[in-house]
Amino acid sequence: MTLLIQQFINGLSVGSIYALIALGYTLVYGIIKLINFAHGEVMMMGAYFAFLAVIVMGMPFLATLIFSMVLAALLGITIERVAYKPLRKAPRISALITAIGMSLFLQNLALVVFGATPKVMPTVIPKQPINIGGIQVGTVTIVTLVLSIFFMIVLDRFIKNTKPGKAMRAVSEDKEASVIMGINVNRTISITFAIGSALGALGGVLYSVAYTQIFPTMAVMPGLKAFVAAVLGGIGLIPGAMLGGFIIGMVETLTKAYISSQLSDAIVFGILILVLIVKPTGILGKNEKEKV
Amino acid sequence: MKTENKKTYILNLLAIVALYIIMKVLMSQGILNRYFVGIIIFIGVNIVLATSLNIATGFLGQLALGHAGFMAVGAYTSALTAEALTSEALISQGIILPNLVVLIISMTLGGILAVLMSLVIGIPSLRLRGDYLGIITLGFGEVIRVVINNLDFTGKAQGMSGVPILTNFDNIFWIVVVIVFILYTFTNSRHGRAIISIREDEIAAEASGIPTTFYKVLGFSTAAFFGGIGGGLYAHYISFLDPNTFGFMRSVEILVIVVLGGMGSLTGSIIAAIVLTILPEALRDFAEYRLLIYSGLLVVMMVFRPQGLFGTAEFSLKQFLHKLRYNPILSPRKEVKDGD
Repeated sequence: MTLLIQQFINGLSVGSIYALIALGYTLVYGIIKLINFAHGEVMMMGAYFAFLAVIVMGMPFLATLIFSMVLAALLGITIERVAYKPLRKAPRISALITAIGMSLFLQNLALVVFGATPKVMPTVIPKQPINIGGIQVGTVTIVTLVLSIFFMIVLDRFIKNTKPGKAMRAVSEDKEASVIMGINVNRTISITFAIGSALGALGGVLYSVAYTQIFPTMAVMPGLKAFVAAVLGGIGLIPGAMLGGFIIGMVETLTKAYISSQLSDAIVFGILILVLIVKPTGILGKNEKEKV
Repeated sequence: MKTENKKTYILNLLAIVALYIIMKVLMSQGILNRYFVGIIIFIGVNIVLATSLNIATGFLGQLALGHAGFMAVGAYTSALTAEALTSEALISQGIILPNLVVLIISMTLGGILAVLMSLVIGIPSLRLRGDYLGIITLGFGEVIRVVINNLDFTGKAQGMSGVPILTNFDNIFWIVVVIVFILYTFTNSRHGRAIISIREDEIAAEASGIPTTFYKVLGFSTAAFFGGIGGGLYAHYISFLDPNTFGFMRSVEILVIVVLGGMGSLTGSIIAAIVLTILPEALRDFAEYRLLIYSGLLVVMMVFRPQGLFGTAEFSLKQFLHKLRYNPILSPRKEVKDGD
């Protein structure tokens, strides 16, 4: 029973990282209908930024987080301006290929700049586990969970209550109409990319702290799984990404613990296929009527 | 068949035979060494994979991100079949099949299994519109890879070695010609036009009485069939199968060829397959910058020419010759006659 609860908490913690990355996918998809395959690489870059902040500048953990998130936000805006903005009117599949190209580009850039050997993330969070009523939980797990939930609440407040947040919702609802209402669409899209990338970087930093290694292709699998999480919850929906992230993290941790560690990826993707066949818009998605 | 069409076919056939003879001569002279022949065979495999994916993505307009999954199914099925057909037990009974027959039987079986898989995932997901097929095929590709990694008879993660080597320059050249011919006639048939109409406007196609789900599944499974065959060709050349080569990145590589060549252009796919197979080899001197340049070029290319090299147009040898013949610079005295 204790083991089950421990696995449950681990699942929540892994899930919260997926949820953070999934938010980036879902925000961008919601606003420009693009599957931003370069998002995983932004997460990887975020981890490298944090590594630099800790090793070169010797920053404390919170400063590292902020440093990495700000740089990643700038990177996200740059990617959008350089690669996606010229393709806004092009066929969607071309934009998708550009995203994949961008993802490869960032991976190889990291390979050239930082080298192929994995960098080891220093212990920025104390290793010893906390004992809660006989249940051993790692400090990293708790910090991950708390930070993720904190930023999710901040995001939720931001989207619901602030002007830029409302603009984001308006643009994702109807781009043309929001132009008429005086919303600066380009700026809103940039803000979306900045927020998504910053959250992705946060996920990357937490991921690298939890798994201690940083390498250029580290984001491929977590990126894909976070994308799966976003689709599972209902792509374009912010609560959907969070729910999907937690489900994927939970399923992955529990299958690794109780069924088979090798098959866990297949089970995660299998669940995605099943859910899409039964409910194509994802768990929280609503059916939309088609307009002719 | 119209005489005009007949002329075109004969012209193209002559050009293909000429190309074949030129390459054979170059090979016998040793100008094209084993390394180059290897690249040419890979070009052939990539042409099969890209033209087949082009049916689903270019002509049908459905995003498919799991072509490497079909390729893997085809490769492993084909490898296992060929091993069974060339096994000791059969040989001791005096049944020795010629290589080409073994290749064709095993490739076709691989293709058929890929079609079955495509039906399982295609029928539920193609009823819907949008990116669902893309996401489901992405999941499917990963599931296939993980499953192959864990099955006993596919050699698990160590991969499968000692696959009979059956693909060589001669048979891959003619197999590619036959496949491209089949796909070309398919896209120009009534069924092909129905598929293109779905890409152009699904609702209008449905209103014109085209059974859209049927044609979407047809297009998707055609792509899967030839994707499986491409996998078979690959398996019988490389002779060693590693499940991790059939990951998401492989699917992306094939998709990049299709998009770069132009979605809806078979000749575009062929040209792009040639360019994108040679390019990484040619960039070998730049070592670690190779993939950086490759991906950078890809982004630049897409930003400046999002419809790909050819768009939806096909390269036509007849028109090309026509233009050459009546080019005012090359032959200034001849006049262009109407309808010639």
